[in-house]
Order: sequence, then C-alpha cells, then structure tokens
Amino acid sequence: MITLRMNRLPVTVEEGTTLLEAARFLGFPIPTLCHLDGLTPYGACRLCVVEIGQGAKAKLVTSCTYLVEEGLTVRTASARVVRARKMILELLLASCPQSKIIQDLASAHEVRQQRFRQEYEDCILCGLCVRMCEEQMMAKAIGFRGRGERRSVGTPFDVPSEACRLCGACMYVCPACQLRCTYNEPEKAICGSCANLSPPCLEKKLFDDMMCYMAPCVACEIRKD
Amino acid sequence: MERLGSLEDFKALQERIIADQDPLAPVIVIPAGTCGQASGANDLIRIVKREVLSNGLAEKIRIRITGCHGFCQAEPSVLIEPEGTFYPRLGIKQMVRIVEALSQGRVVEDLLWRDSKTYKRIQKQSDIPFFHGQTRTLLARNEKIDPIRIYDYIENGGYSALVRVLERGNPRGVVDEVKTSGLRGRGGAGFPTGIKWELLANARDGHGKFLVCNADEGDPGAYMDRSVLEGNPQSIIEGMLIGACGTGATQGIIYVRTEYPLAIKHVVIALRQARGLGLLGENILGTGFSCDIQIVKGAGAFVCGEETALIRSVEGERGEPRQRPPYPIEKGINGQPTAINNVETWANIPIIINEGAAEFARVGSPQSTGTKIFSLVGKVKNTGLVEVPMGTTIGEIVHGAGGGPSGKAEIKAVQTGGPSGGCLPASMFELPINYESLIAAGSIMGSGGMIVMDENTCMVDVAKYFMKFLKDESCGKCFICRKGTQRMWEILDDITTGKGRLEQLDLLEELAQVVKDTSMCGLGQTASNPVLSTLRYFRDEYVTHIERKFCPATVCRDLFAYRVIAEKCTGCALCVKVCPTGAITGPRREVHNLDQSKCIKCRACFEVCKFDAIAGDAIIAVPPG
Repeated sequence: MITLRMNRLPVTVEEGTTLLEAARFLGFPIPTLCHLDGLTPYGACRLCVVEIGQGAKAKLVTSCTYLVEEGLTVRTASARVVRARKMILELLLASCPQSKIIQDLASAHEVRQQRFRQEYEDCILCGLCVRMCEEQMMAKAIGFRGRGERRSVGTPFDVPSEACRLCGACMYVCPACQLRCTYNEPEKAICGSCANLSPPCLEKKLFDDMMCYMAPCVACEIRKD
Repeated sequence: MERLGSLEDFKALQERIIADQDPLAPVIVIPAGTCGQASGANDLIRIVKREVLSNGLAEKIRIRITGCHGFCQAEPSVLIEPEGTFYPRLGIKQMVRIVEALSQGRVVEDLLWRDSKTYKRIQKQSDIPFFHGQTRTLLARNEKIDPIRIYDYIENGGYSALVRVLERGNPRGVVDEVKTSGLRGRGGAGFPTGIKWELLANARDGHGKFLVCNADEGDPGAYMDRSVLEGNPQSIIEGMLIGACGTGATQGIIYVRTEYPLAIKHVVIALRQARGLGLLGENILGTGFSCDIQIVKGAGAFVCGEETALIRSVEGERGEPRQRPPYPIEKGINGQPTAINNVETWANIPIIINEGAAEFARVGSPQSTGTKIFSLVGKVKNTGLVEVPMGTTIGEIVHGAGGGPSGKAEIKAVQTGGPSGGCLPASMFELPINYESLIAAGSIMGSGGMIVMDENTCMVDVAKYFMKFLKDESCGKCFICRKGTQRMWEILDDITTGKGRLEQLDLLEELAQVVKDTSMCGLGQTASNPVLSTLRYFRDEYVTHIERKFCPATVCRDLFAYRVIAEKCTGCALCVKVCPTGAITGPRREVHNLDQSKCIKCRACFEVCKFDAIAGDAIIAVPPG
C-alpha cells in the first residue's frame, strides 16, 4: 500500500494505481476525454493534468498515466491546474464547438469565451477508437496517419481494412459521436443514419449489416415525431 | 585485417602503426564532409590525386581525406601538415599551384587566409581568428583521421581508452569516472551522463540492456552531430563500448537520420572494420566482454530525436513519444532498460578515460564541464562549427570566432538551441553559456545551434518561422502541442499580416505558458520558447507590428512599402537593373520612380542600393501621440 497526500488529505491506495483512479475513488473529479477503463492510458487530451511536488519542483503531470508514489503531494484543482484546463477547453471549443461533451465540460469549468479563430472539426484525435479496435476488439483495423495538423484516424491510404469486422466499437467509444446523437439535424443524426459518421475503416454500403450499440438514441426519438 | 585476440595484440598493432608513420612527411589534408563535398572538395581530391601521380610525388606527399574541420565558410579548403598551413576557398587551378609549391617546399602566399581587419595574410590555421579562441578537443581529431580508415584512429590513440578500461576490469570505476568528470548530456537537457549510467548499471538485467547513440539531429541550422559522426565514427563506437563496459549493456544502437547518407556510410564502414579487428561483437580482444552495435536509420521525423519517440521508432512503430514516467532507463527498447546519449556525449567518453576525469573537469565551468560544439550560422562573417569551453560568453563566440556582423547592420540577437530555443538580445552577450544560465534567460542549450541575427531580422517573423517548423513537426499525439503550436502560429501570422490585436499578445503569452506546462514530451514543453523569449526581449517589435502596422526590419511584406528617397537617390540605375518586375523606372542620373502596384517587395533594390535611398515605410501611418 502506498500513502500519499491528495488535496491535503492523507490517503492510502494500492501500488500500481494511477493518480486518476485514486482521485476518482476518493471523489475528486478530474475531467478526461481520452481515458476509458479497459484501455491503456494514453495521455493525449491533457485535460486530466494534476500538480505534483512542492515549490520550484512542482509540475503538471497527466493523472491517467502517473502511478502513485510514496509521499507524493497531489493537487487536483490548484490554480495552475485550473488555468491549464481552462486553456485546453478553450482550444477544444475553438476546434470542436458542436460536441456536447466538450460544451458541458467547458461550461462546468466556467469557460465563457473562446478567443481563437473558430474551426469546425469533429475528431479530437483522442485515440479511443484506435485503442478500442486494437486492444479490445483485437482487430487493429484503424490507426493514426500523418503528423501535426494532418494527423487523422483511418486506414493506410484509405483502403478499407480486411481486419474490420464492422463491430462499431470505434463509434461506440467516440466522445465526439455524442454530438451527432443529440444533434437535431436529421442528416447529421446517428441512428438509422450512422453512415453519416463515415468511420474511416468502413464503406457506407456495408452499414446494413452493422450492429448499432447506440441505444437508446436521442436522435431516433426526435426523428419519430 | 586480422582479428585481434588479446589486449597485447592490440597494443602491438598500435605500436606498429605509429612506428610506420613519418611525422615530418608532408600531408595534404582535404576536409570532405557533406559540407566540403557540397562546396567542391571532390574536385580538389581528384586534382590532387592527378597532380601527385602525374608528377611522381606519390612517395613524397601523402593525401588524407577527412571529415569536416568546422570552418564551413572557407570550404573547400586544404590543410598542409605538419606545418598547419591553411588555404581557404580553393578552386581547381589554385590546387594545382599548391601541389606544385608543396613539392618544392614553398607556401603560396596569395592563397592564404586574409584577415578581414588587418588585411594581413595568415599562414597557420591555429593563428586564424576563427580557430584562435577555440578549444578543439573533439573537432581537432577530425583533421587527423580518415573516417573510413580504422588504422588512422588507432594511430591517434584510438581505442586505448577502451583497452585501459578492459585492463582495469572494474566496471563501476568507469561509471564513477564519468560521474566525477561532470559530463552532462550534450543533446540539450543536460542530464548528468554519469548518473544516467549509474541508473542503467543498477537496473535489473532481464534480457539485456541497451545503449543508444542519438544522431537524429534535426534542428534547422545545426550540424555538429553530423560532422562528428562523419569525421570520427570510431570515437562514437569506442565511447559506446566503454559505456557498455561500465553499465553492463550488451547491445548498442546508433540511430541516424536518413538525411545524413555520408554519416550512415561512414558508420557502417566503421562498424565493419571494428568488427573485423575484433573490437566489436563477441569476446572483444579476448577479454570475454561482448557488445554489438547496430545502426538504425530514422525515417525523417524531427520528433524522433525525443527519446521515447526514438525508442518507438527503433522498435518499428510510429515515431511518437509516450508519457514519461516510466523513463527509458527503466523501460526502453522492447521494455528493457535503455540509456540514450547524444553523439557529442559519446565522443567525449574516450577523452574522459584517456585524460582522467579531473583533467576533463578543469575545462569549462563548475556546473557544466568540458567543451561544447556550437554551429554558428547566420549574419556573422565566419560561419561554421565552433568548439569552446562551457562558460564562454555568447559575445566571445559571435565577435571572436564569428568575426562580428557580416554586413553593415549591427547584430541584434542570437537564437540558441534550435527551434525550441529562445532569442537572446545583444545586451545579454555577456552571458556565459551553460545549461542553467540559458534556461534562466528563457532559452535552452539545445544541441548547440546558434543563429545570429542582425537589425534586418524581424523577431516576430523569426518566432513565426520556428513556430511553423514546430507546428509541422509536432507528432500531433497530445492535443495541447498539436493545437497549441497551430494556434500560436495563427496568432503570429495575424500579427505579421497586419491583423493582430493587442489583446492577442496576452492570449499568446497565456497559451505559450500552458503549452509549456502541459505538453507530453520535450518538443511541446519547449515549443513556447521562441514566442516567450521574443515577447520578453522584443515586445516593442510586436507592439509596432500591431499598433503601427509596420515592420521595422522590412521583412513582413504586408507591413511596409518601399519608396525611393528623392534626396538620396543619385540615379545610378542599379536598382532598375535588379528589379525583377520592372517596378522601378527612370532615366539615369534622375530620381527613380517606384511603382507600388508592381513592387513584390523582394528586397533586391534595398540590398543593392549603395546610398540608402530605398527605405521601408509604413503602409498606414499612425498619428503621433
């Protein structure tokens, strides 16, 4: 067992626990977009940063990848952490303003404006779909391509993958999908028209054979009326 | 080449090689690294060979083709040993004269280096101002060694450090020695090498430990690793073998970027020769110590110089960093403990063993020992590789070896540490260079790039250039680095095109701070430095760009217009000749007319005008007060 101080509270947790798991267990909220139990920690969204250490040696680390250490001092919501989170959320809003999950997070963190040039992207490259496909579905049908701005999720040269079993797990875990689920424009809604998602590994004509994990879907309800 | 079976065999070979040499025989040394070859060294080699053979001088004069000596500005050059006569910027005809003179024991006076201040000819290389202030511990060895001949290296004391270590048979002693020497990683972060080795030596030994030589040098304008690897690959191999001795590693990897074909060629040859002599592989020199080194070629991503990304790349995966900890020293290549050091760090190891740690630590400053190679480029008279002790001031390098500004304009700033470094103003040239002082000043040591800028450089544009580089080279894995660099570039682009607003400066600073704080790897953590350092020292330039919509250095094309100053124009028509669009017209001896609608602001007239008659002017004049 390892003893550490989290937000001035002395706590004891099992060795090998991540700071995120410990904080969540103790009820300290830490927002994340790229973390999911059952998938390896990735540390891509940077929202889960917490401050560790004291004085000049204090630094921000991603709580989803950092393992607990004996005697560590952790602050999950210090001024530095909040400032970083707010800036990341502002950047997320500037790129993916339509995502419900991002809107909610921004609202909860009192981000009231975004000062960058507005973009409308869907994918935040959190990598959940890639890890889901590789680690849980054992398919490795999709991966990352390109770097920097041109980084995207897909198959090499956009050739449909033979490894893909159309399981839909990639769409199920996508945090940005929720946007389409609740979006009230029919052509962008999901159910019955999952095809609008155009997941990179699939071709639209294959969608008839697909199982949909997204139930119950708000969008369907809207369209019935 | 026969395999050496014991330490005695090696010593006998070394003595035999040294005894075979005549120290007084004239040698023509031709530096032919990538830089030398690009400027025409291959032609010189061809001519020298032809002249020597056709004049029957083969017995008298020897030729040595080496790697870069560091004075790239003067290449293609030639060094005549044993006198040390230096001939810069040679052509084919001059080379013929030099060979002829050398056969008669003469010096060709009018081809020698001419000092830019005293106009006197200087014969010896060591007397030339560029070389004068340097302490060339690493680079001087490049002059003595043909990189594809292992015997040259052995002749100059090569592998004697390894033999000494093997003789002593005390691995911990090696680690302690490196620790005492105070050597710190030359790749930029400055982590003490001895401590890194100690961690590796103490790491659990499951399926072998790895040593990596990081030669993925990608900073624009920096090439010291290339010149060491091209000019003296055996010293890297020896350094790594000593490291393997000390830490118990059994496998070494030299990670070179594919853009360095000559370095790769020389390393491959060096590895083959070392293996052939029994200095590498199983049972080295019959001592039972085994270590093999392989070469891995990088596929051209800047981020692969970051250690965790390098490891992924070696493993054959996408070259992307991962969050540390665990550090590579615990979990590196294939999950095994791995120590990664820079080329220059490895090259220093044999020197530490040969000279002793205390002797090594005497050079430099107490916290940062030894020498460091800087690649001095930009607006200085002499560009090239400069090796100086740590603690030398920036001014000494720029005005000493560099010889001051190359043109009329004064030097304004120096950019150290590559794209992730910062710009330091001329007022800080008294700053001694070491790891701590540069970080305190808002820059980093980096791998040792040093770009000098003069008054004609726009600092906002410089920040934008480096941000573009980082934005393109960011792997994109972590959100804040990908979007942060992109957004910083966007704001800088706004400012340089006249769309900037003052409140954007605060946003820029805020964003830069968060990117620095929360990025996953070293690329993101240092990506803000160009912005933060220029904001810190050159904020007035940003403000001028935003408030007056004017670029004082006349670099940002949307923020100035050229006009002819009537009182100064003599009507010489030089500008008329160089203008590519025909925007400048006017008869000779009359004030010329510049048509703004045709002007593409290429700067050609500005550079050619001898009377300062063409000046940058603001497009939009802001009322005073």
